[in-house]
Amino acid sequence: MADFDVVVVGAGPAGACAATVLARKGRSVLLLERGPFPGSKNMYGGVVYPRMLDQLHPEWWDDVPYQRWITRRSTMMLTDSQAISVDFRTAAWGRPPYNGMTAYRPDFDHWLARKAERDGAELLCATTATGLLRDGDRVVGVRTDRPDGDATAEVVIACDGVNSFLAKEAGLFGTVDASNYTLGVKETLAMPKEVIDERFAVRGREGVDIEILGGTSGVGGGGFVYTNLDTLGVGVVLKVPALAAQSIRPEAIIAALKAHPAIAPLVDGGELVEYSAHLIPEAGLSMIPTLATHGMVVAGDAASLCLAAGIWLEGVNFAIASGMYAGEAVDEALQARDVSVQGLAGYERRLASTFVLRDHRKLRRVPALMLSDRVQNEYPQLAANVVERMFRVDNPAPKPGLRRIVKEERRRAGIRLRHLARDAWAGVRGFG
Amino acid sequence: MTGPSEWPEISFEDRMATTRFDVHERPHIVVDGSVCEGCSTRQCIVACPADLFVPTADGGILFNYEQCFECGTCYLVCNREGAISWSYPEGGYGVVFKRT
Repeated sequence: MADFDVVVVGAGPAGACAATVLARKGRSVLLLERGPFPGSKNMYGGVVYPRMLDQLHPEWWDDVPYQRWITRRSTMMLTDSQAISVDFRTAAWGRPPYNGMTAYRPDFDHWLARKAERDGAELLCATTATGLLRDGDRVVGVRTDRPDGDATAEVVIACDGVNSFLAKEAGLFGTVDASNYTLGVKETLAMPKEVIDERFAVRGREGVDIEILGGTSGVGGGGFVYTNLDTLGVGVVLKVPALAAQSIRPEAIIAALKAHPAIAPLVDGGELVEYSAHLIPEAGLSMIPTLATHGMVVAGDAASLCLAAGIWLEGVNFAIASGMYAGEAVDEALQARDVSVQGLAGYERRLASTFVLRDHRKLRRVPALMLSDRVQNEYPQLAANVVERMFRVDNPAPKPGLRRIVKEERRRAGIRLRHLARDAWAGVRGFG
Repeated sequence: MTGPSEWPEISFEDRMATTRFDVHERPHIVVDGSVCEGCSTRQCIVACPADLFVPTADGGILFNYEQCFECGTCYLVCNREGAISWSYPEGGYGVVFKRT
């Protein structure tokens, strides 16, 4: 007889939601967290899209520990001295059911895990799962760093994050390729609420999400600025092999972004109150591991379910959903008394029929396109130069035609028409 | 590009001091500096966001685990088998984020 029906490793959003689903079904659940409290090891690129919680915790917005509701979203392209923004705002996202919010992960994840605990899961913090317990080819529990720390279970759900040693130990990953990952580094900058409201043109609990292409000192990736209530989250996401090959360090890349003429007026004077870093599984569908083995499934970042598809940057919602579906599928397997990989197949079936894998499949070509050199460097420069010439009033010279500007600027940037056409087609196909 | 001089960048030491680390006596990452001798890429030195890898005069690498974000970048970029033994700190120890 196992100690628990299910051991869930990692009390982030995936683990907390898996544990909630199973505890509500009456299963005995141990929810392990290696940090001193849930969320203490977690950071991210700033916005939670919590609509999946409608099902698990209706009216979650009544008590969720959030910072601001995102009612304004800017997508920005930076060159050394220019900036182009597409700026969108809507009052609708400031009212229930909302769309996205900024939140501190140590607050949000903690809140979500406590809900699992209230539903009957046993939350055990400050406990690192150090390996899997096996019986033949079946996973039957985990080893922890507690004295007498073996915990046996019918099923293990690995929600142990982007580095998932459990998924690797179970052989669910092929070779780990550094080019599938980006490194996120972030500064939390304290700034009075009134100053943030004024600089970002928002009021009350309205907030802004700025996603930036370019501005990363030539290292592939992107940048971001998010408004919290009285802090800003400012940082960059850097392609790991590109970063490693350069001689410029992550904090210097943030410093350069903060000094950009389009960013400096937003962030100047903010006092650094926390510096953080985390890996992101960024390559999308191509890097998603095998999702189950006998006695175990893997969810959230541990299953590489982050969506980093250019204008869409999501992860917490994929963690919540994959955790919930893992919980449902595991309950089903326990009911059928079959926790083999066949018995757990309901998990992948659920992911495949919902946004979790459908979004990844639809956008499978986008991550590589977004990280290509042309999209990273050449196109922002081209677009900025075209716009600058369109709006420059060069009297007494007459205005040049748009076609002429594009042609001249494209030549000046050394971009070949067939590359532009191919990338445009890849974009249409990728986002379509 | 240079930033406005009235907001100078803080020192790296002060930067790291903004983040809480509850340090356990057992190092969770061990670097075998002898394996690093002769490594020409040394990408860990640039990529580690906490700047924990320090080159020594004799071609080795010194590593300090105490202010580690536990991100995993170093083992991703390291191409020398056996140079980095990577695990998580003891439960309850290591980095503790609060506002990120």
